[in-house]
Amino acid sequence: MLKIKRNHLYSIIVLTLLMVFLYWLNANRLQNGMLVSVLQKGVILALVAVSMNLLNGFTGLFSLGQAGFMSIGAYTTAILLIPVQNLDGVYYMNGVHPAIRAFKMMVASSPEFIQIIFPFIALLLGGLLAAFAAAIVGIAVLRLKSDYLAIATLGLSEIVRAIFSSPQFDQVTNGSYGLNKIPNFPPMLWGAIPSLITPFIVVSICIVFIVFLIKSSYGRAFKAIREDEIAAEAMGINLFKHKSMSFIISSFFSAIAGGLLAMYMRSIEAKTFSITLTYDILLIVVIGGIGSVTGSVLSAFLVTAAKEWWLRFFDQPLLIGSWQVPLFRTGFRMVIFSILLMIVVLIYRRGIMGTNEFSWDRILKRLKFKRSKEGGKK
Amino acid sequence: MSMTTILQHCLTGISLGGAYALIAIGYTLVYGILRLINFAHGDIFMMAGYFMIFALTSFPWPIAILITLVVTTLMGIGIERAAYKPLRSAPRMSIMISAIGVSYLLQNLSTYLFTAIPRGYPEIPFLKKIFQMGELSASFVTILTPILTIILVVILMILVNKTKTGMAMRAVSKDFETAKLMGININRVISVTFAIGSFLAGVGSILYFTDRMSVTPFSGTLPGLKCFVAAVFGGIGNIPGAVVGGFFIGIVETLLVALGYSTFSDAFTFFLLIVMLLVRPTGLFGEKTVEKV
Repeated sequence: MLKIKRNHLYSIIVLTLLMVFLYWLNANRLQNGMLVSVLQKGVILALVAVSMNLLNGFTGLFSLGQAGFMSIGAYTTAILLIPVQNLDGVYYMNGVHPAIRAFKMMVASSPEFIQIIFPFIALLLGGLLAAFAAAIVGIAVLRLKSDYLAIATLGLSEIVRAIFSSPQFDQVTNGSYGLNKIPNFPPMLWGAIPSLITPFIVVSICIVFIVFLIKSSYGRAFKAIREDEIAAEAMGINLFKHKSMSFIISSFFSAIAGGLLAMYMRSIEAKTFSITLTYDILLIVVIGGIGSVTGSVLSAFLVTAAKEWWLRFFDQPLLIGSWQVPLFRTGFRMVIFSILLMIVVLIYRRGIMGTNEFSWDRILKRLKFKRSKEGGKK
Repeated sequence: MSMTTILQHCLTGISLGGAYALIAIGYTLVYGILRLINFAHGDIFMMAGYFMIFALTSFPWPIAILITLVVTTLMGIGIERAAYKPLRSAPRMSIMISAIGVSYLLQNLSTYLFTAIPRGYPEIPFLKKIFQMGELSASFVTILTPILTIILVVILMILVNKTKTGMAMRAVSKDFETAKLMGININRVISVTFAIGSFLAGVGSILYFTDRMSVTPFSGTLPGLKCFVAAVFGGIGNIPGAVVGGFFIGIVETLLVALGYSTFSDAFTFFLLIVMLLVRPTGLFGEKTVEKV
């Protein structure tokens, strides 16, 4: 009992420190532009990575359709949130569909309360739309196994991308021109939580939900399916029901993350959600450890920071004295990153966390172990 | 649309399909033996395009083609040795992730080495010569592609069915473990498979890019995935199936572009894949016995 209380205490302290840090960051956001953008992108990718992990790591369904569901969320959010006065500027080529304009006029004239929560309603709608798409598609696709499922879901996300960029839907998705002038993150709780912190709160809520799901009886059923489908079925687990449930929930949260990504990037196009995005997320999941939520979150931040920030100096020509270091030029960062990744894939196959979760007990044990070792040396 | 235009598009489609067929064979062979979707195959095909560009700057075309094919083949074998061999006993998912990693690495490496700006593909004079047949006109490469594809496939079929190496390949694809017990050198067979696949991808690359004129680090991704679909369509593990699949997808894609649905031409391929997996998961000519889906 005491141990549990102690762990809770530690967690509360760390969370409070994190919140203080975020508020500090909000106050000093102008000096820390890079840190803010890396943390925001990291937290959004963390949500996609966790939702992909729910499917790939916990249910054992190797799906590569994340980018497609993200784009559903991103487009829904973007279309719903572009301000009415900007519509003509965004859809300058083909004009906007009258229904969208009418809907936006309705929202703009609705009571203030609705307007304040409308961005969150938009996120939710994007999620629900993706979940609905996943439910329909899942009926067909979830009958496939392992790599066939992977390639079929990959194909699905390409189909979604083709639909979004096709000239036939110009008036809704603006075809290949993409959407821009998407408003940034909204503040929450009437400004008590500034807009900079919103993505962290939204993602935390979503990840906590996923963690509870994994810990519930549904989560245990997912793991049983991952270990052995036939045995799971023999134990009375309805395979199709649980598989499609995992697929739908994963798609729902991917779409929420997609919506957040649209708010983060302020402008999206169908190309943003290409196969490469799914690969990026898969690699985050692999580096974090397939089957570990905390691993995915950690690695989302690490990978984003390394890619966008820490390894940035590889892209600049470097002079030591008058000697120009060879190889350092645009693109070298990504080569180094891919090589690191191959090392993880080939040698450290378990990633950062393997299938373990973060726990205070393990950290404390390790600290004690080290301390006793050092003591032994003395 | 007049008859001539349709025929003209069919000709282009057959040519594209020939290149697809050559790449699809690489997928089918590797999948047949390792049960692995070699995601890096499309990028090998892309790299072959760059090799050709650089080889042609300093050598006459026959030597340049030879260099391209040899380097591509060696690269295929090298990738297998470095990225797939250490994972032979690992779960299938790990090898697939490794393949995705290799594809990622090749794309980033070529972006770094050659920049993301499209590079013009050099013209080989005799391939670009225009022929007139009645009202149809076609460059020599358009006519050469399907013919060369068929010749290569026939040679490959003879290799697989009549030689000892081919017999070993068939044995390994039937039953990996038993083949190992029978004293077949698995690693050699797998290397040969990758060599053949990469060689054909190299040939396909020359034919494909001569028609398309430019190469970018990402020009291998979509053709790669499409060719995998072609392999599944024809029945994975089945060489003639992959060829039929390649031609079919090439022709349909060209016709869709001609009809003005170019954004849907990629989507169609994946739609075909999903329908095929649901209706007839073994593909057109696939064997029924193996549980694949």
